[in-house]
Amino acid sequence: MTQAVATVEPQYFMLPGKARLSFGGDEFVVVQLREVIDPAVGFDVKAALQVQAIVAALASLDMDGIADVASTHTGYTIRVRPEDLDPRDLIPVLIAAHQKAIAGRGEFAPTFETSIIEIPVFYGDPVTEEVGARFRDRHPSPAESDLEFVARVNGFDTVGELVDAHSAHPFIVTFTGGVPGNAESLQLVPREMQLRVPRYLSPRTETPAGAVGHGGNTTTIAPADAPSDAQLLGRAPVPVVDFGNGLGTDGSPLLLPAPTVMKFTPIDASGFDEIAAACAAGTYEINRADIEFDLQAFAADRLAYARALVGELQ
Amino acid sequence: MITIVDPGVRTTVQDLGRAGTMAMAMPPAGALDQFANRIANALVGNGPKAATLETALTGLTLTTDTDCTVAVTGADVDVLVDGVTHPTWTALWLPAGSELRIGEIRGGAHSYIAFAGGIDVPVVMGSRATDLRSGVGGLGGRALRSKDMLRIGQRTRAVEEGRHLPMRLRPALSASEEIRVVLGVGAHRLNPESLRALTEREFRLAPDADRVSCSLVGETLEIAEPEDPEDTRRPDEVPLAFPLGAVTVTGGAPTCLLRDAVPGRGALAVGTVITPDLDLLAQVKAPDEVRFTAVDIDSALRLRTEHSDFVRTAIRAIA
Repeated sequence: MTQAVATVEPQYFMLPGKARLSFGGDEFVVVQLREVIDPAVGFDVKAALQVQAIVAALASLDMDGIADVASTHTGYTIRVRPEDLDPRDLIPVLIAAHQKAIAGRGEFAPTFETSIIEIPVFYGDPVTEEVGARFRDRHPSPAESDLEFVARVNGFDTVGELVDAHSAHPFIVTFTGGVPGNAESLQLVPREMQLRVPRYLSPRTETPAGAVGHGGNTTTIAPADAPSDAQLLGRAPVPVVDFGNGLGTDGSPLLLPAPTVMKFTPIDASGFDEIAAACAAGTYEINRADIEFDLQAFAADRLAYARALVGELQ
Repeated sequence: MITIVDPGVRTTVQDLGRAGTMAMAMPPAGALDQFANRIANALVGNGPKAATLETALTGLTLTTDTDCTVAVTGADVDVLVDGVTHPTWTALWLPAGSELRIGEIRGGAHSYIAFAGGIDVPVVMGSRATDLRSGVGGLGGRALRSKDMLRIGQRTRAVEEGRHLPMRLRPALSASEEIRVVLGVGAHRLNPESLRALTEREFRLAPDADRVSCSLVGETLEIAEPEDPEDTRRPDEVPLAFPLGAVTVTGGAPTCLLRDAVPGRGALAVGTVITPDLDLLAQVKAPDEVRFTAVDIDSALRLRTEHSDFVRTAIRAIA
């Protein structure tokens, strides 16, 4: 039986660097720099930084009619008000932005303005250890603690070495998903130094607020008690989301919007209690510095550049 | 003050929703059926930004301690004031001490109850809409419960009881809706037969729909296998800031992401419902039938303009 059906094929536009653009209905433009991912390997830092550079370039144009832009590790989504900006008109704008982010050299080198924030972490704190202990039946290696497991699969002899690796070099937030404040970040280190770990077999129904977790090659700080399948490393005493008072420099509710760079600093139980009390009293001063992230300088020597960023902190 | 006697299946404070919060994983929220919400406000003389109550299916019962004008739009329901049936899409007088109840539902899924003056709850990130996921907006960021009390804002102008939207301009609710989508994002990563099935087969609403998503039951849609069997990379593991109305494939079933959906992973987006048809999607319920029709971006933008013109015509026609 043959039936005459008018078929409409999906329509795509390729941008420089093999990024794929398509329209999400009449209000959204979706661009993907990477279209597939191996959860065991995780995300490519270079692509995630290119996304941030492109999104920053777009924001600097201050175009009327853009209602929303959200980035991920692999791409970004733009929401437009079609009455003010025809989404089709974004194609040439994005071709130019991608060209610059991918081929930029010298004075055209891609950069973006952001800040670096120091986040104190009580690694191996009793609260997350206790939660982890209650969910061993969902863990890929129930005989070990989360920290022991992450250390072992990354070739460290001790948990201390893992903590050193996790806190020595900064991370950059390149995706907020699931709930406000859930800042998924990638470590600014060479590919072979990325910490990679399988996630829980099924998500824990509990994760304490402030828990620092690692899954695949991303670290997150849980904004609130919620289910999660990340391996628990410790806990941060600083709240990362606050709709009442606002934590961002611009008064936004988030402490760690993309592309904030985070430097984790190990603290002990007394350090945790002291900072938590200061946060509750509103007297905690966050160690933060404005930076300009330079993709070309980072690519030239990742570790040296990461150290230089950390050097900007007090 | 109005007092919730029984919140029914799910009642939340909603409005136009939020823009500019996608990057922080805060959903747009807002009325699932924007047309019904807009008309409910217009009927009682409110501006477009006023907050209304959105209630799923039936059962909402509330009382008022002040005289007010209300209108119920959206689903085809019995509107009962102290037990007496009144019409939908019509401004009604609700005297102090009376009880309003959403009774039998014959068609559709969501009703909007607008009060002259609007529901007065604090504005969070530019909107009064309840964001159930972040727990903000509306009343305490949650669905309403019995004994909850809500203030009504200052009425801006008096309207006459009986004002209504003419019959010919009311949506024809159907248990079989055609929903138009723009294919894209990861559509090329579906098996070609599955991509065809998406727009050629009929699907039925599954019973677990909420404000985040509605999943559909029908032919299983398959993601194409990689050419190299050793390739462990997957397209549905890629995180995505999903467009509002994204049609995603999770576990072989298509799912439409609604106004409370946030960026995430674990689903392959293959298309997006066009804005006017999100209102239709708000009014289907299990086991209603949905057929997806693919439209290109040019048609999607033309249909949007036509719909905007229609909304303006409808507001002008309220008499």
